[in-house]
Amino acid sequence: MNADMAGLWPYFLLVLVGFLPNEVWRALGLMMARGLNEDSELVVWARAVATAILAGVIAKLILLSPGALAGIPLGLRVTAAACGFAAFLLVKRSLFVGVAVGEAVLLAGGYLFAP
Amino acid sequence: MAAPRTFSSTGEALLGGLKAALSSIFFFVIGGTYIGIGALAHDFGFSAWWMALSTVLVWAGPAQVILISALGSGSPLIEAAIAVSLTGIRLLPMVVALLPLLRGEGTRLRDLLLPTHLTSVSMWVESLRLLPGMLREHRIAFCNGVALGLMGVAVAFGFVGFYLAAGLPPLFAGGLLFLTPVSFLISTARNARAMVDRLSLVFGLALAPLLAMLHVQLDLMWSGVVGGTLAYGIHRLREAAP
Repeated sequence: MNADMAGLWPYFLLVLVGFLPNEVWRALGLMMARGLNEDSELVVWARAVATAILAGVIAKLILLSPGALAGIPLGLRVTAAACGFAAFLLVKRSLFVGVAVGEAVLLAGGYLFAP
Repeated sequence: MAAPRTFSSTGEALLGGLKAALSSIFFFVIGGTYIGIGALAHDFGFSAWWMALSTVLVWAGPAQVILISALGSGSPLIEAAIAVSLTGIRLLPMVVALLPLLRGEGTRLRDLLLPTHLTSVSMWVESLRLLPGMLREHRIAFCNGVALGLMGVAVAFGFVGFYLAAGLPPLFAGGLLFLTPVSFLISTARNARAMVDRLSLVFGLALAPLLAMLHVQLDLMWSGVVGGTLAYGIHRLREAAP
């Protein structure tokens, strides 16, 4: 954690690094609301890049975990994510079932294999 | 739930939107996701109020996860800003697709400012499902109601996750943090109906940890641009093939 994370500095960073870079796309969307359709090639490419970034964040959280999640073994984290994903595919593509199974495997494994 | 088609006033349309938010599947998805993000904010050393404000201002789960983990682990600010911005690109086409549904004859630009800021994946999906069934004059209020309802859920569960992470045994705190990647993994896969989106998901999953372990600068941005462009290229080649 950064030594600078005190006072108003984190709020300044929130606006500068979080709010503005994200909000610019909503503002552009408002301006372009006529003329660009969901299937245009630029939008398909932009969506592909955005999906790959989001996937990258997911993979890093599972493989190079922060905080308390780092205390759970890597193999167990990957197994739990894979079980959750498999359950999602098997049970009517249900998000709820997938998340519940992934969490159940992680917690049960963590409990059973606790050092 | 069937969409109410008429409302006696703008206030009632707003209330109808709030009710739709609380009975939506996204109540659970957002609740679980923001418990995870709140726990993440706690573990990276942010305050609970900072977390709540980030939900109100950014209002995009993936961008908040990136913001928190990048700032919290001391990444360069420019990298954090670029990564946040790249995940926000998906908001542009959503706004472009939503506003024509909201706009009526007497709609002023300033009436569209709030729905534009409130646009997110969950609100967008619910609005596109429910709005066509009601009168145009009530759509903006209803849509704002849906989004503000979901945002209220997100802020509340952000606090829940933050304080749970502070007081829970390590295994359960780990389980809360795990909610974010596992729910995003599955919801992204569920939304990825086209081949290009599925390929992007797979390439991003593979590239980002690889680049991070090789200590490549701006690893998230590169995994997005390279993985996404690769997926897009394959999609174009397949379309071009006879």
